[in-house]
Amino acid sequence: MTAVTAGRGGRSLVDLVFRARELSIVAALVLLVAVTTGVNGNFLSGQGVKDIFLNASILVLLAVGQSFVIITKNIDLSVGSVVGLVAFTVGDFLAADHGRGIVFAVILGVAIGAVCGLANGLLVSFGRVPALVVTLGTLYVIQGLDHFIAHGRQINAVDLPPALLSMGNGGVLGIPYLPLIAVLVMVAAGYYLRSYASGRDFYAIGSSPEAARLAGLPVRRRVMTAYLLSGGLAGLAGVLWLARFGTVVADAAGGWELQVVSAVVVGGVAITGGVGSVYGAALGALLLTTITSALVVLKVDPFWQQAITGALLLLAISVDRLLALRVARILRRRNARHGS
Amino acid sequence: MTEPPGGDAPPVLALRGVSKAFGAVQALRDVSLELFAGEAHALAGENGAGKSTLVKTLTGVYRPDTGQLLLDGEPVEFHSPADAQNAGVAVIYQEPTMFPDLSVAENIFIGRQPRAALRRIDRGAMHGRAAELFKRLGVALDPEQPARGLSIADQQLVEIAKALSRDARVLIMDEPTAALSGAEVTRLFNVVKALREQGCAVLFISHRLDEIFELCQRVTTLRDGTWIASEPVAGMTHDDLIRRMVGRDLDALYPKLDTVPGEVALKVHRLTREGVFTDVSFEVRRGEIVALAGLVGAGRSEVARAIFGVDRWDAGSVEVNGRGLPAASPTAAMSAGLALVPEDRRQQGLVMEQSIERNIGLTGLKNLRRGPVISRAAERDRARDWAIRLQLKFNRLSDAVNVLSGGNQQKVVLGKWLSTRPGVLIIDEPTRGIDVGTKAEVHRLLSELAADGLAVLMISSDLPEVLGMADRVLVMQEGRLVAEIPRDAATEESVMAAATGRAS
Ligand SMILES: Nc1ncnc2c1ncn2[C@@H]1O[C@H](COP(=O)(O)OP(=O)(O)OP(=O)(O)O)[C@@H](O)[C@H]1O
Ligand SMILES: [Mg+2]
Repeated sequence: MTAVTAGRGGRSLVDLVFRARELSIVAALVLLVAVTTGVNGNFLSGQGVKDIFLNASILVLLAVGQSFVIITKNIDLSVGSVVGLVAFTVGDFLAADHGRGIVFAVILGVAIGAVCGLANGLLVSFGRVPALVVTLGTLYVIQGLDHFIAHGRQINAVDLPPALLSMGNGGVLGIPYLPLIAVLVMVAAGYYLRSYASGRDFYAIGSSPEAARLAGLPVRRRVMTAYLLSGGLAGLAGVLWLARFGTVVADAAGGWELQVVSAVVVGGVAITGGVGSVYGAALGALLLTTITSALVVLKVDPFWQQAITGALLLLAISVDRLLALRVARILRRRNARHGS
Repeated sequence: MTEPPGGDAPPVLALRGVSKAFGAVQALRDVSLELFAGEAHALAGENGAGKSTLVKTLTGVYRPDTGQLLLDGEPVEFHSPADAQNAGVAVIYQEPTMFPDLSVAENIFIGRQPRAALRRIDRGAMHGRAAELFKRLGVALDPEQPARGLSIADQQLVEIAKALSRDARVLIMDEPTAALSGAEVTRLFNVVKALREQGCAVLFISHRLDEIFELCQRVTTLRDGTWIASEPVAGMTHDDLIRRMVGRDLDALYPKLDTVPGEVALKVHRLTREGVFTDVSFEVRRGEIVALAGLVGAGRSEVARAIFGVDRWDAGSVEVNGRGLPAASPTAAMSAGLALVPEDRRQQGLVMEQSIERNIGLTGLKNLRRGPVISRAAERDRARDWAIRLQLKFNRLSDAVNVLSGGNQQKVVLGKWLSTRPGVLIIDEPTRGIDVGTKAEVHRLLSELAADGLAVLMISSDLPEVLGMADRVLVMQEGRLVAEIPRDAATEESVMAAATGRAS
C-alpha cells in the first residue's frame, strides 16, 4: 500500500510544477513592475495600467485560442493575419453605414475568423499537411487578401460608429470592457478544458496522437475545433483591435503570431502538446505586454524588446525541458517503490 | 473443423477469408477466425506470423484488403477503432498506448469519463472506479498519479484495467502478460475467467504456451500470415502446438551448456538507492549465467539500471573486472565492457524511424569505422549476420524498425547489444515477446556466449526460463536480495516462495 502513498507524492509534485510556472510568472511580473516603478513613478499611473490591460486583453484572447491548438500538438501561425483581415473588413463594413449594429459587427468578425480557422483545420486534419506549413501558407494568403481588400486605404476612427469606439475604451464600474471579455473567455475555456470530457480529449490528442486514434477519440474533429476556436477568437480580437485603435491599415497585426506563440509557451503550454492551461497562457500574455510597456517607460530601444521576448521564450523552453526530465526521473523513482 | 462451443448461436465476432498486405509483405492470407461467447480463444504463431495484424483488423485499425468481418453473424465494416468499440470490442494492444501527460484514471476512462451534473466530469467517481478496477486486479496503483514514468508492467496493467472497464462483449488481448510475472498473471486470469463465464468472448495472444493451455479452450494457429488450424486445446501437447506454429519439431528449449565459472567479472557490493533497493550485493563470474528473479516491481530492473549507470546509486560500489565504476556514467560502464539490454526496448533501445541495419550498428560504431566514416557495407554485413542468427523476419534491412512485428523489434535490440561483444551482459527480460523457436535460439546464443567467458546477469519474469538457463538464481523482494539459490536447488516452488516472502 505504500505504493499508493508514493503515487500521491508523484501527483502533488506534478501539480506543484505547474503551479510553480504560474507562480513564477506572477513573481516576474511583480519584480518587473516594482523595478520599473522605482525608476519611473509614472509607470503605475492609472492610464499606464489601463493601457497594459487593454493591450494584454487582445493578446490574451489570441493566446487562449492558440492554447487549444498547441495543446493538440499543432500550431496556428495565421492568427496575426486574421486579426488584420477582420479589423479591416469589419471597419470597412461599419464605415460604410453608421447604422450597422455592433453586435452584428462582432458576429461578422468572429465568422470571418472562424472561416479562416476552418480552412486551417480542414487542411491540417483531413489534408494531413503539417500544421506549421499549412498555417504559414494561410498566414500569407490571408495577408494578401487583406492587402487586396484594403488596396492601400486606411480606416480612420472618425469613420467608425462611436458605440464601437466606446467598446474599445469604455467600461462598466471603471473596469474596461476589453479585459472583462478576455477574462470571461479565459475562464470559460479553462473550465471547459478541465471539466468536460471533450476538453480532456485535446490533452490526450496532444499527449499521444496515435494512442488517441486507437482509443477511438474523434481526433480530426477535435483538431478542427481547436482551429475553429483559434480562428474565431482571432476574429473577436480583430473587432476589439478595431474598437481599441480606431485607425487600421492593412495587415495591422502583422507579426503578432509570434507574440502569441511566445506568450503561450512562456505561460507553460508545452510546444510538444498535451500540457498546460489557458490561465498560464494568459499570464504569459500579460507578462509579455507588461515587458513591452516597461521598456517604453524605461526608454529602452524597442529592439531590445524583441531580444528579451526571444530570451524569455528560450528560457521557458529550457525550463520546460529540464523540468520534464526531472519530473520523469522522480516519477520513475517513486513508481519503483512498489511495495517497499 | 471442430464443433463450435457456442451451440447454435453465431460467433460474436468472426473473420472470413481476410487478407491484408503492407506493400510487398503479405501479413494475412485468407484467414478465418470465429470467436464465440463464453470461450477464450488463443491465437498462436511465430513473431511476424500476423497475429497483431489480425487483431488490428478486428478492431478497425486496419481495413482488410479482401474478406469480411462478421458481428453476430452479420457482415460489418469497422471504419475506425471507435466503430469497433461501439460494437463492444475492447482491446489491449501489444504496445502500450498511454497518454503520458494524463493521470492513470484518465488514461483508463478517456472519452467516456463518468459524468456529473451538466455533463461535467465526475472526477471522484472516475478515481473511485479506477481504484476498484485496480483492486480487482490486485494492483497498488494510484488512479490520480500521472502515467508518465510508469514501468512497462504497470503500463500493461493500466491497459488491462482500461480494457476491463469497457464491459465488452469481446475482449482481445495481444500479449498482455509479456511484462508480468506469475502473481500478476494469475490475478489477470482469474478476472478474465470470470468475464468469460459471464459470456464474454476472449481472444488471447501469448508466446508463453503454458498460459494458452491454462486459459483457453480453443487455439488458432497462424504461420507466415496463413491460417493453419483452429482446434480445441484439450488433448493437445506443447509439441503439437509448436509444430503447428513452426512447421517442424524444435530442439531443446533450454540448451544450457555446463561451464566452469572463471574469475569474478561483476561485483556489486551493498548497492543502495534510497526508496528503490537496499543493500544489494552479489557477484557474477565469467562463464556464469546468473538470474535475477522476483515479482514485478521488486526492484530488479532498477538494480540493472543503476549498475549500468542510467540511474545513480546512493551507497555501495560496482566493480567490473576488479575496477570500480563511477556512479551514473553509462559511458564508463560501456567502456569497461558492460552492456545493458533494457526492459523498455521501444523507448530505450531503438530508434524507431531508423533502419534495421542502422539500429544494429548504433552501438558498435567504433568497429564499423574505416577511417573517419562509417562503412555502410560493414554495417550491412553485420546487420545481416545478426538478422540471420536471430531469425529476424523482415522485408529489407533498410526498412524502418517500426514496421517490424513486436517480437522482431525485440530481436533487433538483442542483436544491437550482442554484436558489441561485451564482457558483462545485463539483459532485462531477454525473451519478452519472442516466439518459442527464437527463444530457443536466444537461449542457445546466451549459453554459447557464456561458455566463451561472458558473464551474464539475466532478469526474467519467465520462471521456466530462469530455471532452465541460470547457474544461480538471485531472488529479490521489495527492493532487497532475499535469497540465492544454486541451480540444483532452484525449483518453481523455492523461487516463488522466496519472491513472495512466504518462506525464508
Ligand atoms: N505497418 C506495417 N507496415 C509494414 N509492414 C508491417 C506493418 N505491420 C506489420 N507489418 C509486417 O507484417 C508482418 C506481421 O506482423 P505482425 O505484427 O502481425 O506479427 P505478430 O504475429 O504480431 O508478431 P509478434 O509475435 O512478433 O508480435 C510482419 O512481417 C511485419 O513486419
Ligand atoms: Mg504482435
